[in-house]
Amino acid sequence: MLSSWRAQLLITRIALYIASALIVVWSVAPFLWQVSTSFQEDRLLSSPTPSFLPWPGTLDHFYNIFVEKQFHLYIINSAIVAGLTTLFCLAIGGGAAFALARLRVYYHFGILALILSVSMFPQIAIVAPLYLAASSLGLMNTYTILVIIYLSLGLPLVIWVLFGYFQTIPREIDEAAIIDGAGPLRLLVSVILPMSLPGFVTTGLLAFIMAWNEFMFALAFTSGVERQTIPVGIANFTNLYYVPWGDLAAASVVVTLPLVLLVLAFQRWIIQGLTQGAVKE
Amino acid sequence: MTTLPSVGRLADSRRSKRLTQRSRAERWAPLLFLLPAAFTLLTVSVYPVIDGLRLSLRNTMLSTQEDAFVGLSNYVRLTADPDFWSAWRHTMLFTAASTLLETVLGMAMAIVLYETFKGRGWVRAAMLVPWAIPTVVTSKMFGWLFDGQHGVVNWLLMQTGLIDGYVNWYGDSQTALLTIIIADVWKTTPFMALLLLAGLQTVPHSLVEAARIDGAGPWQCFWSIRLPLLFTTLLIAGMFRALDAFRIFDLVYVLTGGGPADSTEVLSTLSYKVLFSGLDFGYGSALSAAMFITEALIALGFGLFIVRRMRRDNG
Repeated sequence: MLSSWRAQLLITRIALYIASALIVVWSVAPFLWQVSTSFQEDRLLSSPTPSFLPWPGTLDHFYNIFVEKQFHLYIINSAIVAGLTTLFCLAIGGGAAFALARLRVYYHFGILALILSVSMFPQIAIVAPLYLAASSLGLMNTYTILVIIYLSLGLPLVIWVLFGYFQTIPREIDEAAIIDGAGPLRLLVSVILPMSLPGFVTTGLLAFIMAWNEFMFALAFTSGVERQTIPVGIANFTNLYYVPWGDLAAASVVVTLPLVLLVLAFQRWIIQGLTQGAVKE
Repeated sequence: MTTLPSVGRLADSRRSKRLTQRSRAERWAPLLFLLPAAFTLLTVSVYPVIDGLRLSLRNTMLSTQEDAFVGLSNYVRLTADPDFWSAWRHTMLFTAASTLLETVLGMAMAIVLYETFKGRGWVRAAMLVPWAIPTVVTSKMFGWLFDGQHGVVNWLLMQTGLIDGYVNWYGDSQTALLTIIIADVWKTTPFMALLLLAGLQTVPHSLVEAARIDGAGPWQCFWSIRLPLLFTTLLIAGMFRALDAFRIFDLVYVLTGGGPADSTEVLSTLSYKVLFSGLDFGYGSALSAAMFITEALIALGFGLFIVRRMRRDNG
């Protein structure tokens, strides 16, 4: 009796480990294959039997993307756009989330719901009017227009996540600061901000990833390597007669590895930040 | 003795003055903090939507400089446009299939992660990898994985005997949409699982414990306690996923460009082409307005269902 119970427990454990191994394989195997591909010679990539390890290895693909395709220019563009977007998102979104979470705002849940519904708009619906507006303002093919658009795409998420963080800080702290004579701005900058620094780091990372990965607006509003961002660069990576899978893999690894490392480093906070909206009801 | 009350009164009036100043600041402060965000969202997100509706009533062509009010004629053209209806069907099919698969698979992953075991943190971290990868990179990655000649997926399926000839996945109109669904499911399921896991963790442990003592097995615990309690979360997560899937653009545009033979053309890619290849801003805006309406209906459908569900739960 006891032994059958133990056997069942053992089977459950084993099934659990197999299932989680499958989840890990599912999540990282395609990317690992991309990493391996980026180090393989073209000859190896077009052989009938794929070799899973990059042996003999080569750095040709990395040479191709940086020297021939000037990939670093796309990286610089993306870094500038995503960096500025993150800064503005945190400053503007932080203020709004602070007001909604800590100051007396009527209908603050209604406002939050409105902000969230804005983020659900099909983005294609705003491309045409923004394109016309940007043309008449002379903002086509500039960092400015991308930052402005990404700011409005990122704000709903930033406000929601920061709102959640601010709500976890006990209200007694506000009261103490107000009794000490702090105004709202002072309260935000010297009390709330330092206490929710992890929240700001995570939210900033989310905004950065959003701007770093965005494709459609970058495609429509920029032309030429001097302003195009990484996704546009990668999407246009095709040679005349064949698809350069090795070069593409190298570019994928270069732009994704920093993100993956950042995400792994902050994973606990990211999961907490991203899922709190779903849990709270 | 006589001065004391007056000093007190002076202090009092000073304090009340400061208080009114404070309350005035308090009244205006929230507005000042909200203003930049409100301004950005209204000018960059809300106003363009309204302006798009205006454009959809005009025949604005960037190539010929035409720009006049034409009433509803763009919408009349839309209802008779086979390209629109085919893209609409592809979008709905993609939305339904990917949302359903991602919810079911995500639930299965969440159940696994709900158990405590060594290395669970690593599994959860690994699950964020697909989410963090840019969608354009995902598209190219799946282009390589599912390549008709040298793709590793074809090779693996051949080795295991599941197919007897190489499949030209996204180069064949029979399987192209399926390939896109697979890529999307890969990218989004782990994230869905993390959302649902967070939901599962809010189900009170005492309930499950009580059921266990009453002799319920793990399956019974799941079907009769956790799932019903999780159902609202499941619906909300499903709604957001469906609304997001409905807007799909990057995967299709980069992997197939809508082809082969328009078999993967979705509403976003069709609108984009009408706008930026045809330069037909009037008709393109009518297309995106139609998308907007469909999306609003999806949200409304889910919303009504969720509200009804919540009412039933609460009373």
